[in-house]
Amino acid sequence: MPAVLESLFNILNSYSGMLLSALGETLLLTLLSLIFAFVIGLFFGLLNVSKSKILNIIGTIYVDGIRGVPLMVLAFFIYFGIPGAISASGISDFKMSALVAGTIALSLNAGAYMAEIFRAGIQSVDKGQMEAARSLGLPYSISMKKVVLPQAIRTMIPSIINQFIISLKDTSILMVIGFPEITLAGKIIAGNTFDPLVTWGIVAVMYMIIIISLSRLAKVVERRINVGDAR
Amino acid sequence: MLEMQDNIQVCVKGLKKNFGKLEVLKGIDVQIKKGEVVVLLGPSGSGKSTFLRCLNRLEEITAGKVSVDGIDITDKKVNINKVRENVGMVFQHFNLFPHMTVLDNVMLAPVELKKKTKEEAKEEGKRLLERVGMSSKAEVYPPQLSGGQKQRVAIARALAMNPDVMLFDEPTSALDPEMVGEVLQVMKQLARDGMTMIVVTHEIGFAREVASRVIFMDEGYIVEEGTPDELITNPKESRTIDFLSKVL
Repeated sequence: MPAVLESLFNILNSYSGMLLSALGETLLLTLLSLIFAFVIGLFFGLLNVSKSKILNIIGTIYVDGIRGVPLMVLAFFIYFGIPGAISASGISDFKMSALVAGTIALSLNAGAYMAEIFRAGIQSVDKGQMEAARSLGLPYSISMKKVVLPQAIRTMIPSIINQFIISLKDTSILMVIGFPEITLAGKIIAGNTFDPLVTWGIVAVMYMIIIISLSRLAKVVERRINVGDAR
Repeated sequence: MLEMQDNIQVCVKGLKKNFGKLEVLKGIDVQIKKGEVVVLLGPSGSGKSTFLRCLNRLEEITAGKVSVDGIDITDKKVNINKVRENVGMVFQHFNLFPHMTVLDNVMLAPVELKKKTKEEAKEEGKRLLERVGMSSKAEVYPPQLSGGQKQRVAIARALAMNPDVMLFDEPTSALDPEMVGEVLQVMKQLARDGMTMIVVTHEIGFAREVASRVIFMDEGYIVEEGTPDELITNPKESRTIDFLSKVL
Protein backbone atom coordinates (compact mmCIF):
# COMPACT_ATOMS: atom_id res chain seq x y z
CA MET A 1 0.00 0.00 0.00
CA PRO A 2 2.67 2.56 0.91
CA ALA A 3 4.49 1.56 -2.28
CA VAL A 4 1.43 2.43 -4.35
CA LEU A 5 0.99 5.72 -2.55
CA GLU A 6 4.63 6.55 -2.97
CA SER A 7 4.40 5.83 -6.66
CA LEU A 8 1.26 7.96 -6.93
CA PHE A 9 2.98 10.93 -5.34
CA ASN A 10 6.07 10.45 -7.46
CA ILE A 11 4.08 10.34 -10.68
CA LEU A 12 1.94 13.31 -9.73
CA ASN A 13 5.05 15.19 -8.69
CA SER A 14 7.04 14.53 -11.83
CA TYR A 15 4.31 14.35 -14.45
CA SER A 16 1.48 16.63 -13.33
CA GLY A 17 2.59 19.27 -15.83
CA MET A 18 2.51 16.75 -18.65
CA LEU A 19 -0.84 15.33 -17.54
CA LEU A 20 -2.42 18.76 -17.26
CA SER A 21 -1.18 19.90 -20.64
CA ALA A 22 -2.46 16.60 -22.08
CA LEU A 23 -5.81 17.28 -20.43
CA GLY A 24 -5.82 20.71 -22.08
CA GLU A 25 -5.08 19.16 -25.47
CA THR A 26 -7.88 16.62 -24.94
CA LEU A 27 -10.38 19.33 -24.08
CA LEU A 28 -9.21 21.55 -26.94
CA LEU A 29 -9.60 18.74 -29.46
CA THR A 30 -13.00 17.80 -28.06
CA LEU A 31 -14.30 21.36 -28.11
CA LEU A 32 -13.02 22.19 -31.60
CA SER A 33 -14.40 18.94 -32.95
CA LEU A 34 -17.78 19.45 -31.35
CA ILE A 35 -18.10 22.96 -32.75
CA PHE A 36 -17.35 21.69 -36.25
CA ALA A 37 -19.51 18.61 -35.66
CA PHE A 38 -22.41 20.87 -34.72
CA VAL A 39 -22.14 22.72 -38.03
CA ILE A 40 -21.64 19.51 -40.02
CA GLY A 41 -24.50 17.85 -38.15
CA LEU A 42 -26.83 20.78 -38.74
CA PHE A 43 -25.98 20.78 -42.44
CA PHE A 44 -26.44 17.04 -43.03
CA GLY A 45 -29.38 16.86 -40.63
CA LEU A 46 -31.14 19.49 -42.75
CA LEU A 47 -30.30 17.53 -45.90
CA ASN A 48 -31.84 14.44 -44.34
CA VAL A 49 -35.13 16.11 -43.41
CA SER A 50 -35.42 17.89 -46.76
CA LYS A 51 -38.14 16.90 -49.21
CA SER A 52 -35.58 16.52 -51.97
CA LYS A 53 -34.61 12.90 -52.62
CA ILE A 54 -31.20 13.94 -53.94
CA LEU A 55 -30.37 15.87 -50.78
CA ASN A 56 -31.59 12.92 -48.69
CA ILE A 57 -29.26 10.60 -50.57
CA ILE A 58 -26.27 12.93 -50.07
CA GLY A 59 -27.06 13.12 -46.36
CA THR A 60 -27.46 9.37 -46.05
CA ILE A 61 -24.19 8.69 -47.87
CA TYR A 62 -22.36 10.95 -45.46
CA VAL A 63 -23.93 9.56 -42.30
CA ASP A 64 -23.67 5.91 -43.33
CA GLY A 65 -20.22 6.37 -44.83
CA ILE A 66 -18.69 7.98 -41.78
CA ARG A 67 -20.46 5.76 -39.29
CA GLY A 68 -19.26 2.75 -41.24
CA VAL A 69 -15.57 3.61 -40.72
CA PRO A 70 -13.85 3.21 -37.34
CA LEU A 71 -12.49 6.50 -36.03
CA MET A 72 -8.96 5.07 -35.89
CA VAL A 73 -9.06 4.16 -39.58
CA LEU A 74 -10.46 7.58 -40.42
CA ALA A 75 -7.63 9.20 -38.43
CA PHE A 76 -4.96 7.15 -40.22
CA PHE A 77 -6.55 7.94 -43.55
CA ILE A 78 -6.51 11.68 -42.89
CA TYR A 79 -3.18 11.91 -41.09
CA PHE A 80 -1.11 9.60 -43.30
CA GLY A 81 -3.21 9.06 -46.40
CA ILE A 82 -4.01 12.59 -47.50
CA PRO A 83 -0.60 14.26 -46.92
CA GLY A 84 1.01 11.18 -48.46
CA ALA A 85 -1.08 11.50 -51.58
CA ILE A 86 -0.38 15.21 -51.87
CA SER A 87 3.36 14.75 -51.43
CA ALA A 88 3.44 11.84 -53.88
CA SER A 89 1.70 13.94 -56.50
CA GLY A 90 4.62 16.33 -56.20
CA ILE A 91 2.56 19.45 -55.56
CA SER A 92 4.20 20.16 -52.25
CA ASP A 93 5.79 18.48 -49.29
CA PHE A 94 2.58 18.64 -47.29
CA LYS A 95 2.49 17.83 -43.58
CA MET A 96 -0.57 17.87 -41.39
CA SER A 97 -0.32 18.40 -37.66
CA ALA A 98 -1.85 15.80 -35.39
CA LEU A 99 -4.21 18.45 -34.02
CA VAL A 100 -5.51 19.33 -37.48
CA ALA A 101 -5.85 15.70 -38.54
CA GLY A 102 -7.39 14.74 -35.21
CA THR A 103 -9.88 17.60 -35.34
CA ILE A 104 -10.90 16.71 -38.89
CA ALA A 105 -11.30 13.03 -38.06
CA LEU A 106 -13.25 13.60 -34.86
CA SER A 107 -15.39 16.37 -36.41
CA LEU A 108 -16.35 14.17 -39.35
CA ASN A 109 -17.09 11.29 -37.00
CA ALA A 110 -19.11 13.25 -34.45
CA GLY A 111 -20.72 15.22 -37.29
CA ALA A 112 -22.35 12.05 -38.59
CA TYR A 113 -23.85 11.31 -35.20
CA MET A 114 -24.84 14.95 -34.76
CA ALA A 115 -26.61 14.80 -38.13
CA GLU A 116 -28.75 12.01 -36.75
CA ILE A 117 -29.38 13.98 -33.55
CA PHE A 118 -30.48 16.97 -35.64
CA ARG A 119 -32.67 14.81 -37.86
CA ALA A 120 -34.40 13.25 -34.88
CA GLY A 121 -34.72 16.62 -33.14
CA ILE A 122 -36.27 18.32 -36.17
CA GLN A 123 -38.62 15.40 -36.74
CA SER A 124 -39.71 15.53 -33.11
CA VAL A 125 -41.23 18.98 -33.70
CA ASP A 126 -44.90 18.77 -34.63
CA LYS A 127 -45.44 19.11 -38.40
CA GLY A 128 -48.10 21.72 -37.70
CA GLN A 129 -45.39 24.14 -36.60
CA MET A 130 -43.79 24.20 -40.04
CA GLU A 131 -47.21 24.36 -41.70
CA ALA A 132 -48.31 27.29 -39.56
CA ALA A 133 -45.09 29.18 -40.33
CA ARG A 134 -45.35 28.47 -44.06
CA SER A 135 -49.04 29.43 -44.11
CA LEU A 136 -48.02 32.91 -42.93
CA GLY A 137 -45.88 33.28 -46.05
CA LEU A 138 -42.56 32.61 -44.32
CA PRO A 139 -40.08 30.80 -46.56
CA TYR A 140 -38.81 27.35 -45.56
CA SER A 141 -35.44 28.70 -44.35
CA ILE A 142 -36.93 31.30 -41.99
CA SER A 143 -39.55 28.83 -40.75
CA MET A 144 -36.79 26.36 -39.98
CA LYS A 145 -34.58 28.93 -38.27
CA LYS A 146 -37.19 30.79 -36.24
CA VAL A 147 -39.82 28.15 -35.53
CA VAL A 148 -38.62 24.57 -35.91
CA LEU A 149 -34.93 24.62 -34.90
CA PRO A 150 -35.36 26.52 -31.61
CA GLN A 151 -37.85 23.86 -30.51
CA ALA A 152 -35.77 21.00 -31.91
CA ILE A 153 -32.58 22.09 -30.15
CA ARG A 154 -34.29 22.01 -26.75
CA THR A 155 -35.08 18.34 -27.17
CA MET A 156 -31.62 17.69 -28.59
CA ILE A 157 -29.56 19.08 -25.71
CA PRO A 158 -29.32 15.81 -23.72
CA SER A 159 -28.23 13.94 -26.87
CA ILE A 160 -25.72 16.66 -27.71
CA ILE A 161 -24.14 16.42 -24.27
CA ASN A 162 -24.09 12.65 -24.63
CA GLN A 163 -22.23 13.05 -27.92
CA PHE A 164 -19.86 15.45 -26.16
CA ILE A 165 -19.00 12.70 -23.68
CA ILE A 166 -18.55 10.09 -26.41
CA SER A 167 -16.31 12.39 -28.46
CA LEU A 168 -14.26 13.25 -25.41
CA LYS A 169 -13.55 9.58 -24.82
CA ASP A 170 -12.89 9.07 -28.52
CA THR A 171 -10.01 11.54 -28.37
CA SER A 172 -8.02 8.72 -26.73
CA ILE A 173 -8.09 6.91 -30.08
CA LEU A 174 -6.17 9.82 -31.62
CA MET A 175 -3.03 8.86 -29.69
CA VAL A 176 -2.38 6.57 -32.65
CA ILE A 177 -1.51 9.58 -34.78
CA GLY A 178 0.64 11.00 -32.00
CA PHE A 179 -1.78 13.59 -30.71
CA PRO A 180 -0.55 14.46 -27.19
CA GLU A 181 -3.77 13.82 -25.31
CA ILE A 182 -4.18 12.12 -21.93
CA THR A 183 -3.99 8.54 -23.10
CA LEU A 184 -0.75 9.14 -24.98
CA ALA A 185 0.62 10.89 -21.90
CA GLY A 186 -0.38 7.85 -19.87
CA LYS A 187 1.44 5.55 -22.22
CA ILE A 188 4.63 7.60 -21.98
CA ILE A 189 4.43 7.91 -18.20
CA ALA A 190 3.71 4.19 -17.74
CA GLY A 191 6.72 3.42 -19.89
CA ASN A 192 8.97 5.76 -17.94
CA THR A 193 7.86 4.78 -14.47
CA PHE A 194 7.23 1.08 -15.02
CA ASP A 195 4.07 1.52 -12.95
CA PRO A 196 1.12 0.96 -15.26
CA LEU A 197 -1.33 0.36 -12.41
CA VAL A 198 -0.97 3.80 -10.87
CA THR A 199 -0.45 5.60 -14.17
CA TRP A 200 -3.54 4.21 -15.86
CA GLY A 201 -5.43 4.64 -12.61
CA ILE A 202 -4.65 8.38 -12.68
CA VAL A 203 -5.60 8.62 -16.37
CA ALA A 204 -8.87 6.79 -15.75
CA VAL A 205 -9.77 9.06 -12.84
CA MET A 206 -9.02 12.15 -14.95
CA TYR A 207 -11.42 11.01 -17.67
CA MET A 208 -13.97 10.07 -15.05
CA ILE A 209 -13.91 13.45 -13.34
CA ILE A 210 -14.49 15.39 -16.57
CA ILE A 211 -17.16 13.03 -17.80
CA ILE A 212 -19.05 12.88 -14.52
CA SER A 213 -19.02 16.69 -14.35
CA LEU A 214 -20.35 16.82 -17.89
CA SER A 215 -23.14 14.35 -17.10
CA ARG A 216 -24.08 16.42 -14.06
CA LEU A 217 -24.16 19.51 -16.24
CA ALA A 218 -26.37 17.60 -18.66
CA LYS A 219 -28.83 16.79 -15.87
CA VAL A 220 -28.98 20.42 -14.76
CA VAL A 221 -29.52 21.66 -18.31
CA GLU A 222 -32.16 19.02 -18.90
CA ARG A 223 -34.02 20.05 -15.77
CA ARG A 224 -33.85 23.70 -16.84
CA ILE A 225 -35.39 22.82 -20.20
CA ASN A 226 -38.18 20.84 -18.62
CA VAL A 227 -38.96 23.77 -16.35
CA GLY A 228 -38.99 25.98 -19.45
CA ASP A 229 -41.49 23.67 -21.14
CA ALA A 230 -43.91 23.94 -18.28
CA ARG A 231 -44.13 27.69 -18.45
CA MET B 1 -69.76 40.70 -66.35
CA LEU B 2 -66.22 42.01 -66.04
CA GLU B 3 -66.95 43.36 -62.61
CA MET B 4 -68.15 39.91 -61.57
CA GLN B 5 -64.80 38.53 -62.70
CA ASP B 6 -62.94 41.09 -60.61
CA ASN B 7 -64.94 40.06 -57.59
CA ILE B 8 -63.82 36.46 -57.76
CA GLN B 9 -61.26 35.90 -55.03
CA VAL B 10 -60.81 32.16 -55.16
CA CYS B 11 -61.41 30.19 -58.33
CA VAL B 12 -61.10 26.41 -58.38
CA LYS B 13 -61.46 24.39 -61.57
CA GLY B 14 -61.32 20.59 -61.77
CA LEU B 15 -59.21 20.29 -58.63
CA LYS B 16 -57.92 16.78 -58.02
CA LYS B 17 -55.72 15.57 -55.20
CA ASN B 18 -54.29 12.09 -54.76
CA PHE B 19 -52.38 10.71 -51.82
CA GLY B 20 -50.49 7.92 -53.54
CA LYS B 21 -53.24 5.85 -55.12
CA LEU B 22 -55.95 7.26 -52.92
CA GLU B 23 -58.07 9.86 -54.67
CA VAL B 24 -59.14 12.37 -52.04
CA LEU B 25 -60.46 15.13 -54.29
CA LYS B 26 -62.00 13.97 -57.53
CA GLY B 27 -62.73 17.20 -59.35
CA ILE B 28 -63.85 20.28 -57.45
CA ASP B 29 -65.20 23.43 -59.11
CA VAL B 30 -65.89 26.45 -56.94
CA GLN B 31 -65.80 30.21 -57.28
CA ILE B 32 -65.72 32.34 -54.18
CA LYS B 33 -66.42 36.05 -54.28
CA LYS B 34 -64.93 38.82 -52.14
CA GLY B 35 -66.56 39.00 -48.74
CA GLU B 36 -68.28 35.63 -49.00
CA VAL B 37 -68.34 33.32 -46.01
CA VAL B 38 -68.34 29.78 -47.32
CA VAL B 39 -68.83 26.89 -44.93
CA LEU B 40 -67.77 23.41 -45.98
CA LEU B 41 -69.73 20.58 -44.43
CA GLY B 42 -69.31 16.89 -44.86
CA PRO B 43 -68.43 13.64 -43.11
CA SER B 44 -64.82 13.07 -42.07
CA GLY B 45 -62.73 11.79 -44.95
CA SER B 46 -64.84 13.66 -47.48
CA GLY B 47 -61.89 15.86 -48.47
CA LYS B 48 -62.92 19.17 -46.87
CA SER B 49 -59.65 19.79 -45.07
CA THR B 50 -57.60 18.62 -48.04
CA PHE B 51 -59.54 21.00 -50.25
CA LEU B 52 -58.82 23.86 -47.86
CA ARG B 53 -55.12 22.96 -47.71
CA CYS B 54 -54.91 22.98 -51.49
CA LEU B 55 -56.01 26.63 -51.53
CA ASN B 56 -52.67 27.77 -50.08
CA ARG B 57 -50.79 24.77 -51.46
CA LEU B 58 -50.01 23.23 -48.10
CA GLU B 59 -50.95 20.18 -50.16
CA GLU B 60 -49.48 19.84 -53.62
CA ILE B 61 -52.22 19.92 -56.22
CA THR B 62 -52.44 16.81 -58.39
CA ALA B 63 -54.53 18.28 -61.21
CA GLY B 64 -56.77 21.20 -61.99
CA LYS B 65 -56.43 24.93 -61.48
CA VAL B 66 -56.63 27.02 -58.35
CA SER B 67 -56.31 30.76 -58.50
CA VAL B 68 -56.31 33.18 -55.61
CA ASP B 69 -56.65 36.91 -56.28
CA GLY B 70 -56.24 36.08 -59.95
CA ILE B 71 -52.90 34.31 -59.43
CA ASP B 72 -52.74 30.73 -60.64
CA ILE B 73 -51.10 28.96 -57.70
CA THR B 74 -50.72 25.70 -59.60
CA ASP B 75 -48.15 27.47 -61.75
CA LYS B 76 -44.76 26.16 -60.60
CA LYS B 77 -43.18 29.56 -61.21
CA VAL B 78 -45.51 31.40 -58.87
CA ASN B 79 -43.97 32.61 -55.59
CA ILE B 80 -46.21 30.71 -53.23
CA ASN B 81 -44.92 32.62 -50.19
CA LYS B 82 -46.26 35.86 -51.67
CA VAL B 83 -49.66 34.24 -52.23
CA ARG B 84 -49.72 32.85 -48.70
CA GLU B 85 -49.20 36.32 -47.26
CA ASN B 86 -52.68 37.08 -48.55
CA VAL B 87 -54.24 33.83 -47.35
CA GLY B 88 -54.47 33.45 -43.59
CA MET B 89 -54.97 30.00 -42.14
CA VAL B 90 -56.28 28.82 -38.78
CA PHE B 91 -55.69 25.20 -37.78
CA GLN B 92 -57.62 22.72 -35.70
CA HIS B 93 -54.69 22.32 -33.31
CA PHE B 94 -53.81 26.05 -33.24
CA ASN B 95 -50.11 25.44 -34.01
CA LEU B 96 -49.00 28.45 -32.02
CA PHE B 97 -45.23 28.70 -31.60
CA PRO B 98 -44.73 27.59 -27.98
CA HIS B 99 -41.29 29.16 -27.58
CA MET B 100 -42.51 32.68 -28.29
CA THR B 101 -44.83 34.96 -26.38
CA VAL B 102 -48.32 35.56 -27.70
CA LEU B 103 -47.28 38.95 -29.06
CA ASP B 104 -44.15 37.51 -30.71
CA ASN B 105 -46.31 34.85 -32.36
CA VAL B 106 -48.39 37.61 -33.93
CA MET B 107 -45.39 39.79 -34.84
CA LEU B 108 -43.17 37.07 -36.33
CA ALA B 109 -44.32 37.07 -39.95
CA PRO B 110 -44.67 40.86 -40.48
CA VAL B 111 -41.21 41.44 -38.98
CA GLU B 112 -39.41 38.55 -40.70
CA LEU B 113 -40.94 39.41 -44.06
CA LYS B 114 -40.05 43.06 -43.48
CA LYS B 115 -43.61 44.23 -43.97
CA LYS B 116 -43.31 46.32 -40.84
CA THR B 117 -40.69 47.59 -38.44
CA LYS B 118 -40.60 45.97 -35.02
CA GLU B 119 -42.40 48.95 -33.49
CA GLU B 120 -45.13 49.00 -36.14
CA ALA B 121 -45.59 45.25 -35.85
CA LYS B 122 -45.85 45.55 -32.09
CA GLU B 123 -48.51 48.24 -32.35
CA GLU B 124 -50.44 46.27 -34.96
CA GLY B 125 -50.00 43.05 -32.95
CA LYS B 126 -51.44 44.68 -29.84
CA ARG B 127 -54.34 46.03 -31.85
CA LEU B 128 -55.05 42.58 -33.28
CA LEU B 129 -54.87 40.95 -29.85
CA GLU B 130 -57.29 43.60 -28.64
CA ARG B 131 -59.61 42.68 -31.50
CA VAL B 132 -59.69 39.01 -30.42
CA GLY B 133 -59.90 39.94 -26.75
CA MET B 134 -56.42 38.68 -25.88
CA SER B 135 -54.47 41.87 -25.21
CA SER B 136 -54.06 41.04 -21.51
CA LYS B 137 -52.10 37.90 -22.48
CA ALA B 138 -49.64 39.54 -24.87
CA GLU B 139 -46.54 38.60 -22.84
CA VAL B 140 -47.70 35.09 -21.92
CA TYR B 141 -46.41 31.89 -23.55
CA PRO B 142 -48.97 29.78 -25.44
CA PRO B 143 -48.77 26.67 -23.19
CA GLN B 144 -50.34 28.78 -20.43
CA LEU B 145 -53.46 29.54 -22.47
CA SER B 146 -56.74 27.65 -22.71
CA GLY B 147 -57.75 26.15 -26.05
CA GLY B 148 -60.16 28.95 -26.86
CA GLN B 149 -57.54 31.57 -26.02
CA LYS B 150 -54.96 29.78 -28.17
CA GLN B 151 -57.30 29.74 -31.13
CA ARG B 152 -58.09 33.43 -30.76
CA VAL B 153 -54.35 34.19 -30.75
CA ALA B 154 -53.97 31.99 -33.82
CA ILE B 155 -56.62 34.06 -35.57
CA ALA B 156 -54.80 37.27 -34.63
CA ARG B 157 -51.55 35.79 -35.92
CA ALA B 158 -53.16 34.89 -39.25
CA LEU B 159 -54.60 38.41 -39.51
CA ALA B 160 -51.21 40.03 -38.93
CA MET B 161 -50.23 39.72 -42.58
CA ASN B 162 -53.42 41.54 -43.55
CA PRO B 163 -54.82 38.68 -45.65
CA ASP B 164 -57.69 38.99 -48.13
CA VAL B 165 -58.88 35.46 -47.47
CA MET B 166 -59.01 33.43 -44.28
CA LEU B 167 -59.09 29.64 -44.23
CA PHE B 168 -60.38 27.91 -41.10
CA ASP B 169 -59.68 24.20 -40.76
CA GLU B 170 -62.05 22.90 -38.07
CA PRO B 171 -61.15 25.79 -35.75
CA THR B 172 -63.36 24.61 -32.88
CA SER B 173 -63.02 20.84 -33.15
CA ALA B 174 -60.21 20.55 -30.61
CA LEU B 175 -61.89 22.82 -28.07
CA ASP B 176 -63.79 22.02 -24.90
CA PRO B 177 -67.47 22.82 -25.51
CA GLU B 178 -67.49 25.88 -23.25
CA MET B 179 -64.75 27.49 -25.34
CA VAL B 180 -66.33 27.07 -28.75
CA GLY B 181 -68.47 30.19 -28.34
CA GLU B 182 -65.62 32.65 -27.81
CA VAL B 183 -63.87 31.49 -31.00
CA LEU B 184 -67.05 31.55 -33.09
CA GLN B 185 -67.71 35.05 -31.75
CA VAL B 186 -64.38 36.28 -33.13
CA MET B 187 -65.10 34.58 -36.45
CA LYS B 188 -68.54 36.17 -36.67
CA GLN B 189 -67.03 39.59 -36.08
CA LEU B 190 -64.50 38.92 -38.82
CA ALA B 191 -67.31 37.93 -41.20
CA ARG B 192 -69.21 41.11 -40.35
CA ASP B 193 -66.07 43.13 -41.15
CA GLY B 194 -66.27 41.75 -44.68
CA MET B 195 -63.47 39.16 -44.62
CA THR B 196 -63.65 36.45 -47.25
CA MET B 197 -63.77 33.25 -45.23
CA ILE B 198 -63.71 29.57 -46.08
CA VAL B 199 -64.53 27.50 -43.05
CA VAL B 200 -64.45 23.75 -42.52
CA THR B 201 -66.56 23.10 -39.45
CA HIS B 202 -69.14 20.88 -37.84
CA GLU B 203 -70.84 23.89 -36.23
CA ILE B 204 -74.13 23.86 -38.11
CA GLY B 205 -75.37 26.79 -36.03
CA PHE B 206 -72.45 28.92 -37.21
CA ALA B 207 -73.11 27.92 -40.81
CA ARG B 208 -76.78 28.82 -40.50
CA GLU B 209 -76.10 32.16 -38.90
CA VAL B 210 -72.99 33.42 -40.69
CA ALA B 211 -72.48 31.58 -43.97
CA SER B 212 -73.41 33.21 -47.23
CA ARG B 213 -73.04 29.82 -48.86
CA VAL B 214 -72.80 26.27 -47.59
CA ILE B 215 -71.09 23.52 -49.56
CA PHE B 216 -71.67 19.88 -48.76
CA MET B 217 -68.83 17.54 -49.73
CA ASP B 218 -68.70 13.76 -49.73
CA GLU B 219 -66.13 11.31 -51.08
CA GLY B 220 -64.10 13.96 -52.83
CA TYR B 221 -66.96 15.66 -54.65
CA ILE B 222 -69.19 18.64 -54.01
CA VAL B 223 -72.58 17.06 -53.59
CA GLU B 224 -74.68 20.14 -53.09
CA GLU B 225 -74.32 23.83 -52.39
CA GLY B 226 -76.56 26.75 -51.61
CA THR B 227 -77.54 29.31 -49.03
CA PRO B 228 -77.79 27.98 -45.47
CA ASP B 229 -81.53 28.02 -45.88
CA GLU B 230 -81.42 25.97 -49.07
CA LEU B 231 -78.81 23.49 -47.94
CA ILE B 232 -79.39 23.08 -44.22
CA THR B 233 -83.13 23.61 -43.98
CA ASN B 234 -84.17 22.16 -47.33
CA PRO B 235 -81.45 19.83 -48.60
CA LYS B 236 -82.22 18.05 -51.89
CA GLU B 237 -79.61 15.32 -52.20
CA SER B 238 -80.14 12.15 -50.21
CA ARG B 239 -76.52 12.16 -48.97
CA THR B 240 -76.92 15.69 -47.62
CA ILE B 241 -80.20 14.79 -45.94
CA ASP B 242 -78.58 11.69 -44.46
CA PHE B 243 -75.58 13.66 -43.13
CA LEU B 244 -77.65 16.46 -41.67
CA SER B 245 -80.00 14.02 -39.96
CA LYS B 246 -76.98 12.65 -38.13
CA VAL B 247 -75.46 15.95 -37.01
CA LEU B 248 -78.51 18.09 -36.30
